[in-house]
Amino acid sequence: MSESIALGRRARGGGGPAVGRRRHWRGRGRGRLDNCLVMSARCTRLSSRNIEALITSLMLPVALMLMFVYLFGGAIDTGTTYVTYVVPGVILLCAGFGSATTAVTVSQDMTGGIVDRLRSLDVGGAAVLGGHVAASLARNAASTVLVLGVALLIGFHPTAGPLAWLGVIGILALFVISISALSAAIGLLAGSPEAANGFTFFVMFLPYASSAFVPVSTMPSWLQGFARHQPITPVIETLRSLLVGGSAGSDPWQAVAWCVAILVGSVGLAGVAFTRRTTQSSSA
Amino acid sequence: MAQTLAIEARGLGKSYGRLGVLAGLDISAERGSVLALLGPNGAGKTTTVRILATLIAADAGTARVAGFDVVSQRRAVRASISLAGQSAALDGLQSGAENLRMIARLAGLDRRRARARADQLLERFDLVDAGGRRVATYSGGMRRRLDLAASLVGAPSVIFLDEPTNGLDPRSRQALWEVVGELAESGVTVLLTTQYLEEADRLADRIAVIDGGRIVAEGSPATLKRRVADQRLEIVFADPASFARAAGALGPRVVRSEPARRLLAVATDGRAPAVRGLLDEVDPGRRGIDRFSIETATLDDVFLALTGRRPDGGGIGTRQLHTTQSKEVLHV
Repeated sequence: MSESIALGRRARGGGGPAVGRRRHWRGRGRGRLDNCLVMSARCTRLSSRNIEALITSLMLPVALMLMFVYLFGGAIDTGTTYVTYVVPGVILLCAGFGSATTAVTVSQDMTGGIVDRLRSLDVGGAAVLGGHVAASLARNAASTVLVLGVALLIGFHPTAGPLAWLGVIGILALFVISISALSAAIGLLAGSPEAANGFTFFVMFLPYASSAFVPVSTMPSWLQGFARHQPITPVIETLRSLLVGGSAGSDPWQAVAWCVAILVGSVGLAGVAFTRRTTQSSSA
Repeated sequence: MAQTLAIEARGLGKSYGRLGVLAGLDISAERGSVLALLGPNGAGKTTTVRILATLIAADAGTARVAGFDVVSQRRAVRASISLAGQSAALDGLQSGAENLRMIARLAGLDRRRARARADQLLERFDLVDAGGRRVATYSGGMRRRLDLAASLVGAPSVIFLDEPTNGLDPRSRQALWEVVGELAESGVTVLLTTQYLEEADRLADRIAVIDGGRIVAEGSPATLKRRVADQRLEIVFADPASFARAAGALGPRVVRSEPARRLLAVATDGRAPAVRGLLDEVDPGRRGIDRFSIETATLDDVFLALTGRRPDGGGIGTRQLHTTQSKEVLHV
């Protein structure tokens, strides 16, 4: 039996830290990219197998959309059919919620033993967290397609041309990446997966105080200021104008600015939190 | 110097806030040897391993692993070591084979080699049938075997095993011991932490006893056992008079005395002639002894013999237990 271990060592040219040599030879940048890809594949696979979380993140947005369109929609006057008004909001709610679950998956990794193994393999924070963000992007692509599919069935008629669709994909991807990065940072700061889960609720309720479900002008005046200037509103208005037409004004630029700002802030915060979390864990 | 030592730590210190964990710890292990770090919970075993594995930085002292400094040459250390922790660091939602392939890829192997290495390790650890199953369905022993397999993926030259058999049933423990034994034979340097004297004795070339963040004794298992009563004969006497007589006759040879239970313990090698001789010596009339048993030394016994006191570490619960035991000793 000991033969096979010895074999493993010999097969790569005798004793010594064979892996170290190869790493050196392959070059550090290439190794980092490989690590990011492997970690992305891992997180995507884990996401696709976490059946309960998957069903929640796929079914919840659809259920919410049906609820808004059929239960509340009749009473809400937005100047168009309600399904046309609400779909961009539901897509964004779905993307926000799906991204926020990144906080839970990151927190699970940090509290389990896996992070120590990854670090002793010299896998850095960028690869660990990047994998989670990539998986979030894959999850959200799936749930967005599902929501759009159901929306088309219940009477949503987008007027977007090919370029506008590219814009939709671009702004959604940017939004998902920035909220996922923020969630990853929150997941690092949270003491437990349960605590991290609280953040997903915060993100899920944020669209309610925006133009997602009702026009901001129908809100009480003290709330209008917040609803107009919070990051969700320009993203939704951008989506809306891309999908069903209408002038977007400065919304696209505001949306991109918000997303980039959140992304940059989150990456910085995550970097600090990852280092802090992995150098000061207090187990004796 | 550094060429023959795979692990060399001098004066390691570490504290978390006001809680001191390591207080000037020195250890060394020669290339290809197995060093056991033996100590109670909270003695600083895991902290030591985490410092040597570059996962945390020490507040004081220096350490070299595989010839590299654990701070300034962290990357080189990481390329030469692997760590198998107390909590199996595996993804429950991935199969055993997927876990191993992932780790092989992260260790720098290409896709094809990663697959080959994973298959090889599954076979080596008797997990071929379970390889396609999700790890969440594995038993504790299988998880630990897979964890060990995972730690060997990159063919490391130094392996840290942090309480590898903690919480395993006796059969799985036995199986894991065999694996570690074979590892050592293949020329890898192993540092393992354990709370069990038996485990350290069975696996290690040298044992370092850790208590309160420093090494209190170090040597080969045989050396340490000579200082500790490896096995002891425990005799329960039928009446207080026989107990008192035997206690007087044995004098300083008594390693443990519990008058309330009329129990005396004497060091023995466990061989029949020696045991028979002892029994005859303390009870020539053959009526004074109620029961007897042969007990194997515990960690507590080691500490008592080496330091003259019970271990510092451990929670409040164990401390209370020690206090009651000490009271019994005081009754003598």
